[in-house]
Amino acid sequence: MPLITYRDALNQALREEMQRDPKVFLMGEEVGVYQGAYKVSRGLLQEFGDRRVIDTPITEEGFTGVGVGAAMVGLRPVIEMMTWNFSMLAMDQIINSAAKMLYMSGGQFRIPIVLRGPGGAAHQLAAQHSQSLESWFAHVPGLKVVAPSTPYDAKGLLKAAIRDDDPVIFCEGETLYGSKGEVPDGDYVVPIGVADVKREGTDVTIVAWSKMVSVAVKAADTLAAEGISCEIIDPRTLRPLDEAPIIASVQKTNRCVVVEEGWEYSGIGAQLAYLIHRDAFSDLDAPVTRVTGADVPMPYAKNLEHLATPSAARVVEAVKQVLYID
Amino acid sequence: MDRPATLSKEAHVELLRKLLLGRRFEERCAEMYALQKIGGFCHLAIGQEAVSVGAMSTLEPDDYIFCSYRDHVHAIVKGSDPGRVMAELFGRDTGLSHGKGGSMHLFDADHGILGGHAIVGAHIPLATGVAFATKYESRPQVVLCFFGEAAVNIGAFHESLNMAALWKLPCVYIVENNRYGMGTSIERASAIYDVAQRACAYDMASETVDGMDVLAVRESVGRAVALARRESKPTLIEARCYRFMGHSMSDPVHGHYRTKEEVEEQKLKDPVRRYFQQLSSQGIIDQAGLEQLNAEVRTIVDAAVEFADASPEPPASALYEDVYSEPYGPYTRSQP
Repeated sequence: MPLITYRDALNQALREEMQRDPKVFLMGEEVGVYQGAYKVSRGLLQEFGDRRVIDTPITEEGFTGVGVGAAMVGLRPVIEMMTWNFSMLAMDQIINSAAKMLYMSGGQFRIPIVLRGPGGAAHQLAAQHSQSLESWFAHVPGLKVVAPSTPYDAKGLLKAAIRDDDPVIFCEGETLYGSKGEVPDGDYVVPIGVADVKREGTDVTIVAWSKMVSVAVKAADTLAAEGISCEIIDPRTLRPLDEAPIIASVQKTNRCVVVEEGWEYSGIGAQLAYLIHRDAFSDLDAPVTRVTGADVPMPYAKNLEHLATPSAARVVEAVKQVLYID
Repeated sequence: MDRPATLSKEAHVELLRKLLLGRRFEERCAEMYALQKIGGFCHLAIGQEAVSVGAMSTLEPDDYIFCSYRDHVHAIVKGSDPGRVMAELFGRDTGLSHGKGGSMHLFDADHGILGGHAIVGAHIPLATGVAFATKYESRPQVVLCFFGEAAVNIGAFHESLNMAALWKLPCVYIVENNRYGMGTSIERASAIYDVAQRACAYDMASETVDGMDVLAVRESVGRAVALARRESKPTLIEARCYRFMGHSMSDPVHGHYRTKEEVEEQKLKDPVRRYFQQLSSQGIIDQAGLEQLNAEVRTIVDAAVEFADASPEPPASALYEDVYSEPYGPYTRSQP
């Protein structure tokens, strides 16, 4: 299987879906002439022309609303957020228009839109460019939220998102774009709402998604050297959440650590901890523990940024904590 | 296809009938709200009917409209069944949105009614997006987007007009300038008084029209619709009108922000009476004809109320329906 980057996997998904369905178009800031701020849309303007690859003014609420409107009458827009940090300008259209239209209209207007772009911390981008906002969107009924961790998942899930009839928030990892993995040429789909066991193990369940999967893998490697076996589950989709594999894993390991790049307070991990307590309380040998981003706006200084971001060392510590190892 | 410049006698009477239907429907809504048959927020368009009736008389049946939360008359005039509109206001299963939208969210896919939106100005980008889609697919439809004058101060208005002008989209933006954004007059909210001037910033065609004159609105919007359909260009139209009721049912007709004298003076320009007088002076309709039309629309409104009242509430099973396109339980796959 070809080894390609996460960026190119997304590019393949976009290209193949645009070839497959003339109703699919890509719109956003710098997606065309500039070839994408992160080059995810490289070559698409040349292949599909400016009717289907549309550079917009800097106008997040405006072009997100244009996408939602176009979706109301049957087009399948892919709207690029240059980064999810800028999506807050479009939040009214995402929450009040996209997420609610089907329900408010009594089932008359579907919104088959994909809003995609990078999120999370990169390298010293400071407070306004480093946020993981998945939990904001996952809170809202009517939205689906996807956060792939590998090139294979990125391609398959983006194709599934574009074919989905509901609004999908597609969170890419800014520092994952250059990561490589095996991706088949041609068409395949990773269904929305299906988790993946990234590593099998017996002692502790680690739930992680997006960039945090690689942090969890690094921690698991370290722990394996000490004879501790970690099972890593990547939900891949944060809403709808595939609960069963998480619960089954916790029933096997009796311990769970959730790794989340975003803030702890009201995060996805809080929901996961609740679900585990609800469905696997009697199986737990230790409280569910969370490793999250620090509860601060992201600082610029390299050392402080490192302290604010979940690391393999902190995951190792958390795993030992639920195993009661000093 | 453009509408003929001059209207037949029958077409005039039909316009008057629509104005009357809108008026009688809204009056009945006020009664039903007082009887608590209608809940939530309820915004009536009494006094403003000439804008929606005149504007939509220029459309083909498959053209699209978007409106704000003051949307009952728009929906009925565009073609929605008054019974299903009233049932929606009553929160009944037979309503346009099966009781899930209410007064502020009237949608009717069969008649090109794309809402009913209750965040001021938020539907302006949506309408722009539908115009984008019709152009993308080389379809002939145009979009009318109605909103109040207070919405022109929101960012979404400017973002949308910029894109519509930049990309030449077939959208007609119609400002129903009733002078007050809730209780704040335009003079207290906008740095410029002439709303139509806002189009200059986007090199967009614009017109200001007497929104209490149904024929004037029809002519003005007719030009804009033709420009949209033939040349795929947007227009901003400011229709100066007035609401005779409060902002919503909880707001008195006059009080803190406008005087009784002002309201009474405006009522002299009542668009329904004015149009009747115009037609009457031309010998198109007489008092008996008016009474007959009134009786006809009253029958329709009576039937709408009866239908709504006899309709069941949505079943409890509807609670989790239409959150997503496929069957789906609350927040997870595994919960039914």
